[in-house]
Amino acid sequence: MNQNNASQEGKEKSRTVPLTFHLKVEDFLPASAEEKQELVTMRESVSFWRDGIRRFRRNKLGMASLAVVLFMMFFAFILPSFYPYNYYEQLRGSESLAPFEYSKAEQAQIAEGRKVFPHLLGTDTLGRDIMARIMMGSRISLLVGIVASAIILVIGSVYGAIAGYFGGWVDTIMMRIVDIIYTVPDILIIILLSVTLKHPLTRLAETAGFAWINKVGVGLISIFIVFSLLYWVGMARIVRGQVLALKELDYVSAAKALGAKNARIIRKHLLTNCIGTLIVTTTLQIPASIFTESFLSFLGLGVMAPMPSLGSMAATALDGMYSYPYRLFAPAITISIIILAFNLLGDGLRDAFDPKLKD
Amino acid sequence: MLKYIVKRLILAVVTIYIVATLTFFLMYLVPGGPFLSEKAPSAATLAALEAKYGLDQPVTVQYKNYMLRLLQGDMGPSLKQRGKEVSDIIFTRLPVSVKIGSLAVVVALACGVVLGSIAALNRGKALDNIIVFFSTCGIAIPSFVVCTVLMFILGEKLRLLPTFGLNTPSSYIMPVIALALYPMSYIARLMRSCMLDVLGQDYMRTARAKGLSQTKALFKHALRNAILPVVTYLGPMIAYTLTGSFVVETILTIPGLGASFVTSITARDYPLIMGTTIFLAFLLVTMNVVVDIVYKLVDPRINLQ
Repeated sequence: MNQNNASQEGKEKSRTVPLTFHLKVEDFLPASAEEKQELVTMRESVSFWRDGIRRFRRNKLGMASLAVVLFMMFFAFILPSFYPYNYYEQLRGSESLAPFEYSKAEQAQIAEGRKVFPHLLGTDTLGRDIMARIMMGSRISLLVGIVASAIILVIGSVYGAIAGYFGGWVDTIMMRIVDIIYTVPDILIIILLSVTLKHPLTRLAETAGFAWINKVGVGLISIFIVFSLLYWVGMARIVRGQVLALKELDYVSAAKALGAKNARIIRKHLLTNCIGTLIVTTTLQIPASIFTESFLSFLGLGVMAPMPSLGSMAATALDGMYSYPYRLFAPAITISIIILAFNLLGDGLRDAFDPKLKD
Repeated sequence: MLKYIVKRLILAVVTIYIVATLTFFLMYLVPGGPFLSEKAPSAATLAALEAKYGLDQPVTVQYKNYMLRLLQGDMGPSLKQRGKEVSDIIFTRLPVSVKIGSLAVVVALACGVVLGSIAALNRGKALDNIIVFFSTCGIAIPSFVVCTVLMFILGEKLRLLPTFGLNTPSSYIMPVIALALYPMSYIARLMRSCMLDVLGQDYMRTARAKGLSQTKALFKHALRNAILPVVTYLGPMIAYTLTGSFVVETILTIPGLGASFVTSITARDYPLIMGTTIFLAFLLVTMNVVVDIVYKLVDPRINLQ
């Protein structure tokens, strides 16, 4: 950038001066302190991050989607603690309320002059507040998306980097495995695994030291496991491609000459230099994972009751969809907004951070 | 070329073998069995049932037997739908799914390519923005949402289309839209970016300069080059249509293979789950191989090694 500015200034100067062979004496005078200062004050160097963030901030759609993502996080993780109802409590006598409708008990309370928080989206057939369930469902969706993508990021990037860095027969064998997993029809295996994993996981949760499994939920854990077993291959392929190009660069040879260990080169030099690709691929992996989770839950194979998921909420609402359409539309719209926002965010980040698209 | 095809075929066979083995042992891991969920049978009946289906033998023997029978195309009997062979169930339900699926693929391809090209040719104009907006939404909306919303609006509120079964031609409309929306949006976006890329190439200017009409240049040069990446998407698209069919067929109660797969899982009908998984895997892997080979044939620039 600085060089560009300098050369532009130079061009302007040469344009203003008519073409002549007469040399101007003043051009050869020693530079004044002011002129020297002009050369010294260069613009601050722009790091990779600041460059990317600056570019991203100019992208209106990207910023809007970031705002939506942040709002959804707030909605899913923080708002439930301030919301007067929770996702599992079955309020007796207030089953199947319409939005903003009060049950008899609640009307009595209002008559006494006490304030009752309205059920923003009504309650379901078991008397559970739908808004609270949507918040919890969004939390599950976001958790699945983010945790699964984090697992995929770790496995995929390390695997891809090792394959690309060592090359040769290591690469051939490792990438053959990737090829095979890649051709395995993922959704079939995911469905199959999520059915079969539940029993061993429930048994494991009963043994000492694994009680945390029940806290997170067997369904959720098995979803994490199946996603991380199958979805890392895309990441591994992308990272390998990048590492193949990066490892030929001089700074890798320099690091080698200085005696750096392979692990250090991969960690410090190769992976840090594909950080743009890693960010973008991970962000775009989030909506894909959320998509699959909602799909599984819709089919009744995802998280287990009473834990709500946007997919399973939509599935249960299907039965009464003509009488209570909002019960279907609320989770449906929420899941669509979450997926859309992450997709747009990923697109925006790709434009900002992917060096291949850098102008 | 031959080397490439052989390599792909070997990979395909290995993949199908792995899927079959994985499915078999995963099924074996699940405690209990399909008979336990029924009205608690006596120990003697259970033993007799297990002996009948060969479930009392060691797992390795069961595995060997199953694989040998599978090689002969025999997927065994269904445990829940008594008296029916798994292969019979698959092949009576397959045509229904294939009909809907192939219609959806055709619709998605045709509309996606046309919409994407229109958007690229009108870059930056209102039409382009509208197409980009809707195709972005189309990617974000899961098929179960599309399907239920369609059912609610077209089926219930407007009463234009039947909401279940496949009895009239008009009942194909909803499942096909629900299945085609995602791949159509994806293709439209892909097509738009590839078309923009191609339109900026030098050979497009050359084509116009040598006197080719705009239409001819578009169809002869731009479209043919821009459509190539769409061909690579065919493989994933077929896979997507298949998984989409699980949801769409279940919601719209269409007697296809997808709905049968979902019910077989909830009913724990192991031979049927296994048979369907292996069959679908076989179908998908074969389609992928075919698509890959077609792609290499269509694009002469691709290095075959």
